Amino acid sequence: MGLTIPDNARILRNLLMGAQFQQDHLVHFYHLHALDWVDVVSALKADPKATATLADNVSDAPFGGVTYFKGVQNRLKTFVDSGQLGLLSNAYWGHPAYKMPPEANLMAAAHYLEALRMQAKSMRMHAIFGGKNPHLQTVIAGGITCVKDMLSPDRLAEFLYTWKEMQDFITKVYLPDVLAVASFYKDWAAIGGTANFHAWGEFPETANEPESLYMPRGVIFKRNLAGVKMAEESKVTEHIHHAWYKGSRFKHPYDGETNPVNPKRAGKRPYSWFKAPRYEGEPCEVGPLARCLVAYAKGHKDIKANTDYVLGKLGVDTSALFSTLGRTAARCIETVAIGARMESWFLELIGNIKKGNTATFTPYEMPDKARGVGLNDVPRGSLGHWINIEDKKIENYQLVVPSTWNLGPRDEKGKLGPVEEALIGTPIADPKRPLEVLRTVHSFDPCVACGVHVIDPDSNEVYKFKVR
Amino acid sequence: MENGLFDRLEQKGISRRDFMKFCGYITATLGLSAAYVPRVAEVFAAGKQRPAVIWLHMAECTGCSEALLRSMYPWIDELVLEILAIEYHETIMAAAGRQAEEQLEYALNKYKGKFICVVEGAIPTKDRGIYGRVGKHTMLELGKKVTKEALATITIGNCSSFGGVQAAKPNPTNAKSIDDALGIKSVKIAGCPPNPVNFVGTVVNYLLLGKLPATDSYGRPLFAYSKTVHDQCPRRSHYEAGEFVTQFGSEEAAKGWCLYEMGCKGPETYNNCPIVKFNDGTSWPVEAGHPCIGCSEPNFWDQMAPFYEQK
Repeated sequence: MGLTIPDNARILRNLLMGAQFQQDHLVHFYHLHALDWVDVVSALKADPKATATLADNVSDAPFGGVTYFKGVQNRLKTFVDSGQLGLLSNAYWGHPAYKMPPEANLMAAAHYLEALRMQAKSMRMHAIFGGKNPHLQTVIAGGITCVKDMLSPDRLAEFLYTWKEMQDFITKVYLPDVLAVASFYKDWAAIGGTANFHAWGEFPETANEPESLYMPRGVIFKRNLAGVKMAEESKVTEHIHHAWYKGSRFKHPYDGETNPVNPKRAGKRPYSWFKAPRYEGEPCEVGPLARCLVAYAKGHKDIKANTDYVLGKLGVDTSALFSTLGRTAARCIETVAIGARMESWFLELIGNIKKGNTATFTPYEMPDKARGVGLNDVPRGSLGHWINIEDKKIENYQLVVPSTWNLGPRDEKGKLGPVEEALIGTPIADPKRPLEVLRTVHSFDPCVACGVHVIDPDSNEVYKFKVR
Repeated sequence: MENGLFDRLEQKGISRRDFMKFCGYITATLGLSAAYVPRVAEVFAAGKQRPAVIWLHMAECTGCSEALLRSMYPWIDELVLEILAIEYHETIMAAAGRQAEEQLEYALNKYKGKFICVVEGAIPTKDRGIYGRVGKHTMLELGKKVTKEALATITIGNCSSFGGVQAAKPNPTNAKSIDDALGIKSVKIAGCPPNPVNFVGTVVNYLLLGKLPATDSYGRPLFAYSKTVHDQCPRRSHYEAGEFVTQFGSEEAAKGWCLYEMGCKGPETYNNCPIVKFNDGTSWPVEAGHPCIGCSEPNFWDQMAPFYEQK
């Protein structure tokens, strides 16, 4: 449509997306991943005094102290003693792969609870300029609808102070916690890595894309950072050889089809509802680690500084990034950088308003016939949309989403998907309780509500073989 | 109120101030008189056994679970640690895989006939439900098995309530609402996603009065869904005065005029968004300049589209 959205719309979208990264990554670390590393039940044995000292040593958290940790411990104890373990039921507590002492576990459990509240609070940022969270509504073709809120000093202040509280939590609690947990699990810096990385990039800082993207676009093959290349949408294909779909083996998303077959009648070859996305025919990991590696390879100032800081603190080199631990650290590294960058976007917005530039929407006419592509990076990774328009209506729409990149199955050449590749060689202490597998799978932040591999636990030879 | 109550609350990590604020909020949402505030307080402080919840995920996006995670009155950690016993919830439970499935069996056994089943998502029914599976079961089998043993079933979100996006045309898996797929009658917390306050309100109603709230003919609680968005809209006076926004980003939009001409479905949509608002009462779509898309109504994807035009 040849449409350029106004600067203010671009900035407000960046602010909403930035807030999404902050919230999503915080929830991922504390609520979807931390319990793979933190044994909550062990926290009941912690000495609150020693915990308070430990917490003071590792972070500047705005909460803590002996009374505080005693309170959290009592709360957990009341919960466990109730005999109703609820969400903590039947997990791997006491598993030998848990390495943290009770005090570190208590500190992490306390921060798990604090982060639950902080993430909820932070999403007021989305409500302010998006109407609500989840499923904010104000982002529309041509710009954004929240012009009234953008012009309200109250709303702007509310956004800024919520942002500040969230960013403080990220730098004073999240980052130190990632470093503290990682220090007990350095062996995971050599487990769970993949080879190829892809990012569309995100956060355009001018109307020029991809040049102005704060998180840059690029692709890296075989861990060769020096060989980082620009990523092109024409080089994406989706392959269905091992998926429950019919049609040709692979197609570019513009021509993509989604025709499911009944798994009961599809034979043994297909094993997934995911198609297998490929870039130049190669599987690629997407997400925080891919983004950080692309940025690092391109000499990105903030990402390079944050990454080097984290690597230095842990006493490891860049090779450690290609791992489960590297993935989890990269998520935090980019959260710190993107969160900090939000302030400058916000100030740019204020500057525009001061100058009298209040445009938020560019009118457009829906074309009779067109095709279009939208390339973004969202917290979980590369997200591409391809649309064909006929008679002003959607004729075909295909999305290639992050979890499809990461969790997609093999292709017709037998090349493994990234999660499949990452799991090979995972050491497992107790095959009946494969906590270690969860660590790597969760480190990708999979979103698999809508497409999951079916692995028959009775015939899964791969894991059994690798255990020995 | 006696001191014992607050002592017990403080043991649970809940401050007196937060708690009273929450009770007032919930009582107001439910449309109860202020006299109920102490009773609501008692409900949350009382009892060693928390009401058990088994939360099922069908064909959905997990937005309704995410909405619940944004609950601030009560805080989500209070909901999961002190108020409810969420015995099964695939996204946020610590167990995974086989351990998670064992937990479901355990909870079904332990709380047989006594738990509240919450369902998020529609159920694919084509080819005997083969397009939606959790572990070894189809969602159809799982839904039947669990709701059969439940004291009551609450369907959260438009997908479980009415089929949602899964059931929109062309609906390749013949996805259906929980009621239609399983032949049961549920209480429907409609919305995409709904406001967590309305879920909490329903649970409180149950704990407080011992029964599920009165509903409209679709099964939506009257305390939240008895009036149209239009009737409660703070921009209503602009509608009456004929002051309409006709383009996004315009001067009229900046003034907060009525969004009817932009396709607002507020007149056909029953929900309490304008009163309760989302994310700690911060805002709601119309306040942020976007027309209501009617997300708490049956089949809204097909019925309410196009979203940006009046039909």
